[in-house]
Amino acid sequence: MSGGEDVAVVGVGIHAFGRHDGVTGLEMGAIAARRALADAGIAWQDVDFAAGGSDAAGNADTSVSILGLTGVPFINVKNGCATGGSALTTAHAMLVSGAAEVALVVGFDKHPRGAFNPLPEEWGIGSWYGETGLMLTTQFFALKIQRYMAEHGISDSTLAKVAAKAFENGARNPNAWRRNPLTEEEILGARMVNHPLTQYMFCSPGEGAVALVLARGSRIRELARVPVYLRSVAFRTRRFGSFEVFSPSIPIESAPSATTEAAAAAFEEAGIGPGDVDVAQIQDTESGAEVMHLAETGLCEHGEQEALIQSGATELGGRLPINTDGGCLACGEPIGASGLRQVHEIVLQLRGEAGERQVPKACRVGFTQVYGAPGVSACTVLTV
Amino acid sequence: MTETHTPQLIDPDVIGGSPEEPRLIGSVCARCGTVTFPRQRSCPRCTSEDVQARELATRGELWSWTIQCFAPKAPPYLPGGVDEFEPYGVGYIELPGEVRVEARLTESDPDRLRIGMLMDLTLIPVPGAPDKVTFAFRPACQEDE
Repeated sequence: MSGGEDVAVVGVGIHAFGRHDGVTGLEMGAIAARRALADAGIAWQDVDFAAGGSDAAGNADTSVSILGLTGVPFINVKNGCATGGSALTTAHAMLVSGAAEVALVVGFDKHPRGAFNPLPEEWGIGSWYGETGLMLTTQFFALKIQRYMAEHGISDSTLAKVAAKAFENGARNPNAWRRNPLTEEEILGARMVNHPLTQYMFCSPGEGAVALVLARGSRIRELARVPVYLRSVAFRTRRFGSFEVFSPSIPIESAPSATTEAAAAAFEEAGIGPGDVDVAQIQDTESGAEVMHLAETGLCEHGEQEALIQSGATELGGRLPINTDGGCLACGEPIGASGLRQVHEIVLQLRGEAGERQVPKACRVGFTQVYGAPGVSACTVLTV
Repeated sequence: MTETHTPQLIDPDVIGGSPEEPRLIGSVCARCGTVTFPRQRSCPRCTSEDVQARELATRGELWSWTIQCFAPKAPPYLPGGVDEFEPYGVGYIELPGEVRVEARLTESDPDRLRIGMLMDLTLIPVPGAPDKVTFAFRPACQEDE
């Protein structure tokens, strides 16, 4: 830990994920913020620092016009899929440094239906890339898992099992979007999107919002019924040699991914190892991402996923429950909100308040990992 | 008699050579030898700005592949490309000793693609812009292997 005083999550709030016509992303963010404040038992006036963001639903700091004009410093974050993680990193740093005592972090989004359509020019690539038909995140994930399956012996059945677990968990989560369980056969037999990934192996852009209240030092015990300590948060961009989305070329020389480095830094800062983790939420943009991220985060070895997932170890009742709220696959992907949704779920699991999807074993250590374009990752370690 | 008509390259900074013998234009770092595609003004590995253009190899091995089964949105795809959409192959081709290049594949049948197969550079029409061509890789002919 840097500094002397602990930082803890003392309140969480969520606006259900899915499709919500007639409600703006900003309004969903404000609803989540009010719920997090109520959970902590404080008023908006008690917050002395805020950070937040969305990718496509407006400026987070505009929510002060809904929550109240208290003069609080509010930093907007726009960092792709790491938006929530970056906001959390910022708030954590402010609390650890002593610049703030009680902070609010909020992430929300509202995306149109269908795949994202980013423009190459905004990612430093010529328009030829999009016109040729290469500017698709789904292609990247398919190309990465295709190679990974060949190198590490991962089967199509394992990809389907990841999705089946997500929908099973989503069915138990009132805030999830996809709440109908699907069989492995239904998932494998669904429309092919990008080989080897079918329709139900991909998450869909969606809507939703999450807010967290964090506090430091003596304020933690005052505000939290069950404090969940934020032992570390680490955020990394890619290094030369890692294989990332929107890459017209990749080097032959390979390097660890942004996730590998962020996870290692988070575990080191927390003084806790991957083997100590009781429950984890990791980025499952598609089934293969969960498989690869399991090893990139250090939660298992490369190639070990096939046996691990086939044995049921990552299910709710297993040794290492993963994405207990249904993950991106069942909750959808509102970019600004997903990273904080993971922390929200870990807090509920560690408090023992996850309802029908509560992990049956005792949980003391939780872990989260968010990943996105063009090679950013943020990881956290949380404990009770 | 058909009129001879030279199609326009989608981006002359990316594709050079001639329509008969196209070459991808990458760059090589004078300090550490790192090859990039497309051409960059600085080296992503060692940060040197001493980087020169380089024509890349035209044959390599398929490193990974997928089939794009749904029409990309326009933009960044061209509206005409959406109208005429047919599933297409996409892959990374490892050019030996250089770099792995992402490209369209002329083959879109998953049963005829395998990691490690030899692929050659070629040109294909830009979807939705029949006067323009972009680069792709095709399976090398059996007799070439």
